[in-house]
Amino acid sequence: MSAAAATGRLLPSLPRSAWIVLLSAVTAILWIAFAGQYTLPHDNDAATFETINDIREWIDANRNSNIILVVFVTGIRTLITAIFNVFLAVLQGLTWPGLITITAALGLVIGGLRLAALTGLGVLAFGVLGLWNASVDTLALTFTAVLLSLAIGIPLGIVAGRNDRFLAAIQPILDTMQIMPTFAYLAPFALFFLIGPATAAIVTMIYSVPPAIRITALGIRSVAPATVEAATSMGSTARQLLAKVQLPMARQTIVLGINQTIMMALSMVVITALVDAPGLGKDIIRSFQKNDVGQAFDAGLAIVIMAIILDRLTSRASERVDPARRATRPTPPGQTRRFAIVGLVASIVAVAIGTFVLGGGDFPDEIRFTFRGPVNDVTGWVTFNFYFLTEAIKNGVSYGLLNPLQTILTSAPWWLVVATIGGIAFLLSGLRPAVIAIVCLLVTIRIELWQHSMETLTMVLVATGLTLVIGGAFGVLSARSDRFAAFLRPLLDGAQTLPAFVYLVPAVALFGPTRFTGIVAAIIYAIPPVIRLVEIGIRTVPVAVIEAATAAGSTPRQLLWKVQLPMARPALLVAANQGIILVLAMVVVGGLVGAQALGYDVVAGFARRDFFGEGLAAGIAIVLLGIMLDRITQGAGTRQSTAEARPAVARRGA
Amino acid sequence: MTNAASATNDSSSTPTIAVRGLWKIFGPAEHKVIGTPDADLTRAELLAKTRSTVGVRDVSFDVSPGEVFVVMGLSGSGKSTLVRCLTRLIEPTAGEVLLDGEDIGKASSARLRELRRHRFAMVFQHFGLLPHRRVIDNVAYGLEIRGEDRATRHARAREMISLVGLEGHDNSYPDQLSGGMQQRVGLARALAVDPEVMLFDEPFSALDPLIRRDMQNEVIRLHHEVGKTMIFITHDLAEALKLGDHIVIMRDGAIVQRGKPAELVGAPADEYVADFVRDVPRSHVLTLRWIMRDRQDDDATDGPEFSADTIIRDAIGAAIATDKPIRVIADGTLVGVVDRVQILTAVAGSGGAP
Repeated sequence: MSAAAATGRLLPSLPRSAWIVLLSAVTAILWIAFAGQYTLPHDNDAATFETINDIREWIDANRNSNIILVVFVTGIRTLITAIFNVFLAVLQGLTWPGLITITAALGLVIGGLRLAALTGLGVLAFGVLGLWNASVDTLALTFTAVLLSLAIGIPLGIVAGRNDRFLAAIQPILDTMQIMPTFAYLAPFALFFLIGPATAAIVTMIYSVPPAIRITALGIRSVAPATVEAATSMGSTARQLLAKVQLPMARQTIVLGINQTIMMALSMVVITALVDAPGLGKDIIRSFQKNDVGQAFDAGLAIVIMAIILDRLTSRASERVDPARRATRPTPPGQTRRFAIVGLVASIVAVAIGTFVLGGGDFPDEIRFTFRGPVNDVTGWVTFNFYFLTEAIKNGVSYGLLNPLQTILTSAPWWLVVATIGGIAFLLSGLRPAVIAIVCLLVTIRIELWQHSMETLTMVLVATGLTLVIGGAFGVLSARSDRFAAFLRPLLDGAQTLPAFVYLVPAVALFGPTRFTGIVAAIIYAIPPVIRLVEIGIRTVPVAVIEAATAAGSTPRQLLWKVQLPMARPALLVAANQGIILVLAMVVVGGLVGAQALGYDVVAGFARRDFFGEGLAAGIAIVLLGIMLDRITQGAGTRQSTAEARPAVARRGA
Repeated sequence: MTNAASATNDSSSTPTIAVRGLWKIFGPAEHKVIGTPDADLTRAELLAKTRSTVGVRDVSFDVSPGEVFVVMGLSGSGKSTLVRCLTRLIEPTAGEVLLDGEDIGKASSARLRELRRHRFAMVFQHFGLLPHRRVIDNVAYGLEIRGEDRATRHARAREMISLVGLEGHDNSYPDQLSGGMQQRVGLARALAVDPEVMLFDEPFSALDPLIRRDMQNEVIRLHHEVGKTMIFITHDLAEALKLGDHIVIMRDGAIVQRGKPAELVGAPADEYVADFVRDVPRSHVLTLRWIMRDRQDDDATDGPEFSADTIIRDAIGAAIATDKPIRVIADGTLVGVVDRVQILTAVAGSGGAP
């Protein structure tokens, strides 16, 4: 409302489309007049980077003498490292036969024989792929991050579920934590906590704590008000209400929150290989460095399997605690107990065998299977035979879209770019987002990363455009065909459980290490949620409206363009917002596989000490880009929906 | 002294619940309206002026021990807000609620909890059962939170379950029961704490008509057996007339009429109430007092005798059996007579509206 009101108040005389035309015209004229002047070319030795390097030197020098650093930084680091080491020691101490059997036993108790087979064979696959130790490292790190996330997230979630003011206060903080591309805050934390598992767990936690808080709060809040009122009317104390009513009734949602937390943590843990966290992520990065797609495939597969195991175990657990299920489909009496006994005995035997018979040794080398050879063969074959196709796509996008846009953004005077983006933000979303966008851009200039930011922005805009076109088309298709939707659903489910990192593998296989590869990975990564949102938006158009339009004689095409898409506009705008944030997160990860600009600066910052300052500054620039793009698109969404849903209110506000 | 028999002695004893000048205003101007000229604005005017809504407007009434007191009104009339103000589930804006002379508004949160645990119990429209607990643990909840041990509370809960006719369902979960059975659990839960006052917030609105009738009869039966003071909220006039010893009708947060069922039907205070009671079968509600005429000299003096408080319906048989006018007696003296003309007029008047 405020955005619409602001725009309406400040631009009273002309319709919005006229202002857009005017803005474009003025921008074009100024660009022609000033192209090539007032540009801000990149400088690797910029003063900002040197300053950050100096800060780093100071912290390193005083790490063990400055009392604040010792207490907070070293203390926290030591504590988290200790937790990680405990998890690691336990997982290793169980030995490989023990861990396989225990996972299978958990599957048996929670979900029955089929789940047991899935989980047991899945863990076995880690060994068979030759990635046992790396997998255990990743598991231990994930568990550390999840433990910390839940220890902080569930209590905060309970408070947020019972206190409106607290929820309102933390909501924007959680939003920011979730839109910040993970890549961006690796460096600042590495600066304080050094590289290693502690930093990895902390940055992972930043990413995985919001769902723990949000979903717990949601669970508490969605307890039927009638039930809470009934319990209050009987004289429950606040504590009794929580322990006897709210927590038991929110149990299923909270378990679902644990599931989300684990999945988020796993996807982040893999990326923290950049700050030298042990585990599967390292194998992937190493493979990319050698351009060995086959080896990356094995590690990627192990991550996918781990994601599936953890997801199935926790989502089945959440179904089990659903009271509605207990009433309709009770587990046969005694079965759970029987399974539990079988699982427990088998686990003890397996651990004993692993410890005493095998002496706690590594997974045997004899049992080995790798996809490296076949995948490299296929990749080679595809690259060779479809060279013309992949090359055509790559060149088409590069010369048709990327290069022209990048030329415009980097050759235009900086003040013109700032003013134009500010103008677009104002027209789309109102005054506040425009001010935020301009401030973000000015800070980018101040930290001397203008050119790289514009290059990354180019990639983000192109990738988002392609994502929306492709994802929108698929979304429309699956909204109009139940069959297509049914076919797509498991693919989308699968795609959303996978850690982002994995998407680099097929992109590299097809397009080799180039700027375009990051864009492809970003598109693959961002498309599933876009498809979902578009489909939901179209499907939730009320049946009555569709019937009325059909009765009036609309063709299916008219129905789509004149009824469904316009009515789905709020959902489409959310899809655009989501798409742009996901694309940004992935485009910068593309720095690992040949993309230039900010993503590469971050990667280089970890690889070379003298590039640390530039890498950290690039992380900040990525965050600034993220906030700017989020505000511009989010504002557009709220503006449209409120302006349409409640015209009376909007008018009064104006 | 709280038993069914005492339902009739009203003015002499002190009221169990006395409500004095109760207000509830929702919105930013909650505390800025009462005592100013704004308090006299209509609901819509006040909303437009202050963005605040009147839920309850200056309501006062007494509930005598052991009676069933019905608050009736359409949705949005403020009746549910009113009942919640009685135990401060919604905090009143102004006014007093006295339980046996104690001002509930002044109770500390600990004292309020104490009152809710021992003196009040409430039955809700949407049941408000705990889906993760078995029936017996739902019924025992109120006993559990006031710290009674498991054996005691389960024994008491079992007693209540059989009182409401749910024997054998102790170990079911709420979602395995039908709506009517779930509300029986709600009833048992309220009875389990042996409250002095039971509050019913449209308890049967969510039920099918046939089950609703069963449950109404159940409440009448329980009222006879346990004799609690009951405050019953409903939007269904037939339900109000069937259950209520006294009824108040609310509109836009204020009381528009109060009285016994027959008074509402026989003498509606305004068009609004008249509209409500138009379709009520008058012969089922009105007593002979409402239709009797003065005795005239040529009337036979040996017709059947009936008390003035007899419902018309119950005198029809006698009127058919004799040609002579029925003699209407109050306090041992003849106060009037009723013949077939009056009775037929009353019967025909029922449902006479187009």
